[in-house]
Parts: sequence; C-alpha cells; structure tokens
Amino acid sequence: MKFLRDALDGIKPNFTSGGKWEKWNPVFETFETFLFTPDHVTTSGSHIRDGVDIKRLMTVVVLALFPALFFGMYNIGYFHFEQLVALGQQDSYTFMEAFLFGLWKLLPIIIVSYAVGLGVEFIFAMFYGHSIHEGYFVTGMLIPLIVPVDLPLWMLAVSIVFGVVIGKEIFGGTGMNILNPALVVRAFLFFAYPTFMSGDKVWVAGASEVDGMSGATILGQLGSGAEAVVDKTYSVMDMFLGFIPGSIGETSTLAILIGAVMLLLAGVASWRIMLSGVIGAAIMSALFVLWGANPLMDFGFKHLLVGGFAFGLVFMATDPVSAAQTNTGKWIYGFLIGFLSILLRVLNGFPEAVMLVILLLNVFAPTIDHYVVQASVNRRNKRVEDKIKKALSA
Amino acid sequence: MSQDIRIKRGVDIKLVGKAEKMFANVTQAKMFALQPDDFHGITPKLTVKAGEQVKAGDTLFYSKYNDKIKFTSPVSGEVVEIVRGAKRKILEVKVLIDSEITYKEFSTSSSSREEVIETLLESGAWAFIKQRPYDVIANPSDKPKAIFISGFNSAPLAADYDFTLQGKEKSLQKGIDIMSILTNGKVHLSLDGSKPASIFQNISGVDVHNVTGPHPAGNVGVQIHHIDPVNKGERVWTVTPHDLVIIGDLFLTGNFNAERVVALTGSGVNKPRYVKTIAGTSLENILKDSLKSTDARIISGGPLTGTKVSKNGYLGYYDNQITILPEGKSHRFFGWVPWLYNNIFSIAGSSFASTGKEYDMDTNKNGETRGFVVTGEMEKVFPFDIYPMYLVKSIMYNDIGEMENQGIYEVAPEDFALAEVINTSKIDIQKVVREGLDLMVKEVG
Repeated sequence: MKFLRDALDGIKPNFTSGGKWEKWNPVFETFETFLFTPDHVTTSGSHIRDGVDIKRLMTVVVLALFPALFFGMYNIGYFHFEQLVALGQQDSYTFMEAFLFGLWKLLPIIIVSYAVGLGVEFIFAMFYGHSIHEGYFVTGMLIPLIVPVDLPLWMLAVSIVFGVVIGKEIFGGTGMNILNPALVVRAFLFFAYPTFMSGDKVWVAGASEVDGMSGATILGQLGSGAEAVVDKTYSVMDMFLGFIPGSIGETSTLAILIGAVMLLLAGVASWRIMLSGVIGAAIMSALFVLWGANPLMDFGFKHLLVGGFAFGLVFMATDPVSAAQTNTGKWIYGFLIGFLSILLRVLNGFPEAVMLVILLLNVFAPTIDHYVVQASVNRRNKRVEDKIKKALSA
Repeated sequence: MSQDIRIKRGVDIKLVGKAEKMFANVTQAKMFALQPDDFHGITPKLTVKAGEQVKAGDTLFYSKYNDKIKFTSPVSGEVVEIVRGAKRKILEVKVLIDSEITYKEFSTSSSSREEVIETLLESGAWAFIKQRPYDVIANPSDKPKAIFISGFNSAPLAADYDFTLQGKEKSLQKGIDIMSILTNGKVHLSLDGSKPASIFQNISGVDVHNVTGPHPAGNVGVQIHHIDPVNKGERVWTVTPHDLVIIGDLFLTGNFNAERVVALTGSGVNKPRYVKTIAGTSLENILKDSLKSTDARIISGGPLTGTKVSKNGYLGYYDNQITILPEGKSHRFFGWVPWLYNNIFSIAGSSFASTGKEYDMDTNKNGETRGFVVTGEMEKVFPFDIYPMYLVKSIMYNDIGEMENQGIYEVAPEDFALAEVINTSKIDIQKVVREGLDLMVKEVG
C-alpha cells in the first residue's frame, strides 16, 4: 500500500495550513485516517496506549448491527411477498427475491441517511476546523434500522438534519450530546408526521399502494383489540426470529442478540444496562399479567420480543454518551428503561414507548449520575466531619 | 496494627524486556546533570557559575519561593555548563565528575526533628520527600499526619527493590528511623502481599501493610487511599525506598551519596538488566551498546509515567528505571479494523491481562484524540472511591470546588497512568491531572 501512502503524502501539503485547499483539511483528514491510522505518537505520560480507539469502537458497533440489518432486508421482502401471495397477486417467491427486494428498498434509505448526516457533519467540521468524528458512522446505520420501510425519503432527510443538528452538533459534537441523535431523528419523525407514522400502512413495503395489504404492527393490533388476529398470525417463535412487521431492523430479537453478544465481547456496550433493562421489563410485564385487564396486559413476557424493545435496549440505551455514566447509575438507568417502556406501552397504548422512554432517561441520566457521584462525595466529606467530631470530643 | 489491602481494579501490563537480575558492565559516565524540570513546581535560583568546583552535596540551586529547599550536586567535580532554554529557563546544570568523588560533610545528629530537617535541607535530600496532596516536594514547615512508603513497584517492567537495594538493609532502617522523627503520626510501609519475603522483612518501626492485586496496587497514592486517606487540609508525605536508602546513608555517614541501581528495560534494549550508577548520570554510556535500533523512544522512568529524553540525555533525579521502546511513528493501512492487527492489545475488549503473553508495544497512540465517549473503562483500572471521569472533567473545566468534591487531594498523575493507557479517546489524562493539581496549588495551596 506504499503507493497509496506516497500519493497521500504528496497531496497532503495542499491541505495543511497555508496550503491551497486549507479549508478542506477536515475532509482530507477524514479520508486519510480512514485509509491509514495516523502516525501520532505519545509525548508524555503513558508512552504506550491501548489498541482500541473511537474508530475501531464504532466499527465494532456497525458490525454488530449487521445481523439486524440483513434480517431487516429479508423481512421487508418477506412481508411484501407474503401479502401479495395471500391476495393472490403472486404465486410464490424465493428467499433471494425477498432479500433482494429488501435490499432494493433499504439501500436508498441507507444512502440518504449517510449522505444527509455526513453532509451536516462535514459542514460543522469545516466550520469548526476539526476532523470529522466517527459518531455519525454508527448513527447513520442506526437510523435506517429504526424507521418504517415505506417512509418517504424527504421526510427522512428532514428528520436527519434536525436530529444531527439539534441532537448533537449544537452541544459540540460527538461525546457532548445529551440525547441519542438517532432517537431524536425517530422522535422528530413521530411528532412531525404523526398521521403517517402511526398508521398501519408504512410498516410493510407496498401496503400504501396495494389494496388489501395491511401492515399494522403487533402492538398496534393489540391496542385496537385485534388480539385474536395476533394470536392466530404470530407465534412466539415468529416474534423471536423476527417474522413480524415493524421498523426495519428492530423485528428480530435473535439478530439483535447476536449483535449484543458482539458488543459485549468487544466491551463496547454496558451489560449492566442490558441486564437491568430486561429485569425491569420482565417485572413490569409480570405485574401486568397479574392485573390482566386488557390484551396488552395479558401479552406478558412477549412484550420483550416486540415493538423494538430489544433493539432499543441493546443499541440505543447503551450509547455511552447519552446513557448514565456510573456503574450504579447504569443499573438504575437500564432498569427504569425496561420498567417504564412496558408501563407506557400498556397503559398509554404507545407502541413507540421504548423510544420515548430511552429519550426520557437520556434526559434523566445526568441526574441519576449526580446522586450516585454525590454519594461518593458525601463519603469523602463525612471523613472530615468525623475527624472534626473526634477532635471536638477529645 | 497492620491492615491488609486487596486491590481488585487494575491491570498488570506485561511488556517485553524485563530486566534480568544481574549487573551490566557499564563505565561510569563523565557528565552528570541536575534538571530543574524533575522537581515539579520549583523555580530554580542558581548558586553556582560555570567553572566552579563542587563537592557531592554542594548546592547547585535552590527554590525561588522557599530558599531552604536546596538541590545539590550528586557528584563532585566542575560545573561545566548551565543549559538554558526559551526565556532563559534553566534546563540543565552540568557537572563534570572528578576522578574520585569527594563529599561534603553533613551533621549526622538526629536528636531533634529540627536537626533532621536541617540536615535533609542542607544536603539536598529533602527533595526526596514528597507530599500529598499535589505530588510535589514537601514543605519543611508542614507537619504531616503520616508518612507512606510503598515497598514495591507494580508498574510494568519496574525495578525490583529486592535486587536493587540488596545489602542496603541498614541504610533502609536508618531512613525509616529518620522518617519516624519527621512525623508524629505513623510511618506506613506497604509490601507486596504475594511475595513471602522481601528486603523489608526485618525492618522495624513501621506499620506494615500487605497489599495484593494488580497494578496500581504498588502506587503509594492507592495505598494511602486505602490506609488513611488524605482529607482537605491534611498533608501526608511519601518517599520511595531507593531514596530512603540515600537518606539513611546520609545519616549513617554524613555524606550525600546519590547512588542508584537502575533497571534498563523495554523491548528496545539488547540485554535488559540492571546498572549501578548515580542520580543524574548521562545516559550515553548506558545506552551505547544497549539500543537495538536508533529509532527508539528513550524514557527516563517507566513506560507509563517516565519522561522522554534524548540519547544524550540524563537520568531523571527520582528515576531508577530506563525504558527503551520502539517509536511508533508509522501509518497502518486500515489500522482501525478490529482484529486485523493482533499485536496490539485491547484492555477494554479482552482479558489480556490473564494471559501470560508479553507484549511488544510501540509509542503509537493507536488513534486520534477525541472527546470522552466510552464510560466505565477508567473505573476498571482506578481503585479509588473516586469517579475518575468526573474528576478529569472537572479539571478540564477548571472548577475548583468540583475538583475538591471529586477527590483531587487524593490523586497524583501516576494514579491515572493506566486510565490513560486504556482511554479510547486518547486523552492525555496525566497531563490534565497535573494541570489540575497545579491550579489547586495556586488557588488553594
């Protein structure tokens, strides 16, 4: 790869301060560090450094999203063709057809996500004169996985601009934001285009065009009292494997679990948040089963398999920047996400509960941490108080 | 009363190039230097001029803000040059050694605290006594509540005191006796609990604590935190065993004899072993036949906390270790792809510490500096009841009250060395902590 390195070194002076294209330095640097890790060496302090850095970390997260991404592609095709077959408009379809149809549908969403998001990042990077930080690498992959398949691309673009600017850049960029930018995008979509996002048309590709096709999500159907339909159509195994309608990447609990294992092995995400989230949701679901007043309550532990709960908990709640930062705080934060998600979902009939609760807890995470850290501060202060008391009594 | 301590959070980084327990044959250097930068926070005032003759123990400079604290020549000879940098800052005071070292005579009387302090100050040995908070040279007018000595160094490739101090038991005991004169409180000595016997086993007059666990278990700051933490307004003093020997020698013989046994370590060294020398020695002779490659990082001190020096540089005043690592100034094609470059460990991602493999690390940062993203990683290697990221952030935004709340009085930069190694965002945390301590010295004192 020496010729490439030489070529880069050849044009590099143009981008350094005083060069012809000085302004474009962030762009150049981004591509350069993508191809080659920089030759930065330590100057003081620890002369050796761990091999992991933000670029490598973010790469692991994106790789962990791949199982959900690939399953999402197949899921798009599966529901599209299943319904066409049911309506008698098509005889049969193959696995490959379903997958390629999904790819065809998903690719524009991914392209728009990265193009718009990175565009915003580039503008801010050039404005502030820093290189482009890797955060959007992950956000750009998360967004396509949490939107419905038939979402118009312009809506997606508008939401991404809002999400990246308001959710991240105004706070100072990666590492400084208080909300998860991908969830801000999702929330913006939900509140800006509610009629579109809460209908039963967007969740299955083609449902808005083909008469007789329906794409209501399980929670939507349960909420409207169609529990018999749900029971008949979807087995628990379907829910676990992901053969249910929903946002593109959130349906398969199995694929998400594979991603979760990758994240945990790489030490990227917090197992405390994931575990306490599952515990919180299980407790709330169990309580509702005891109450048992409506189909949503009777749904029980199956709540953990639908409505993006697994996806939210594994990929959204564990975002280290917007989550609680102390270990004790992470237990509380994760538990509340699980607990409140099911509460809100059942009592308010909010299918989007997971997303909203994670955003809510993002806001409260600093408060949780504050009390956890304050406990340590108090222990320190108490040492002084004890000493004074002892001195006074002596 | 002895109290045993178990450290759970931390990691032992195993590096290639541990010093073999034998002495290398190295000719004594001709040139020695005292570098004011070794004494953090001290502004030097010179008392010698180039061309003057000095004995070992003669003052070369003193602290501008406390003229009692003197810094003396480790050898006798001629002051040949005073090297200055930008704004005429003094960088080195060079002394060309005599063929035979002559020593200045100091009083060996230790009947009162005042006498002991006087001798320590006059001989320059006072510089070996450091204080917490702030990790700077102690103030002789303070009365510390306790004195702490860490009897082992858990840092990677660190010198083994059992080897470097062998035969010095008498000086060590004398040093400890002197320490107990300096404080009304206790003198605490922490030993490596995993070793059955050590050079310290017959030492008396101290509270012994057996400490077990991974690095930073040997850091005196960690031990203080677990034995008798520093509160606001309190002072404790610390001294290392190899400096304690010099102090003991001073009171046994009346001479300031800054002899050191230094570990020459790291993967850039041909034959890692120990060298007998004197504080402030020129590294030229030691490095002459030892360097594997010319493109190497020469560190006075250990790989986690040492100071980068040039090939013609000098041994830092406090250091008993020289580390040579390969420089990492190179690009790696798609170097950020996980699992592609397996020579690099990842503490965050693997339990590499449990494998016995020794790593050959270079000085590449392995990434670019970013804002803090990953949480919980520093806590894994920071065995304090302190939230390291909160403390570091409070330093970054210069909030003195918050720094105090988060426990800045208890930490020194070296306690953050491991956190800096594993930090995903490649932030120079030790530097940040040092700046925070400097600010506290200035504002609170």
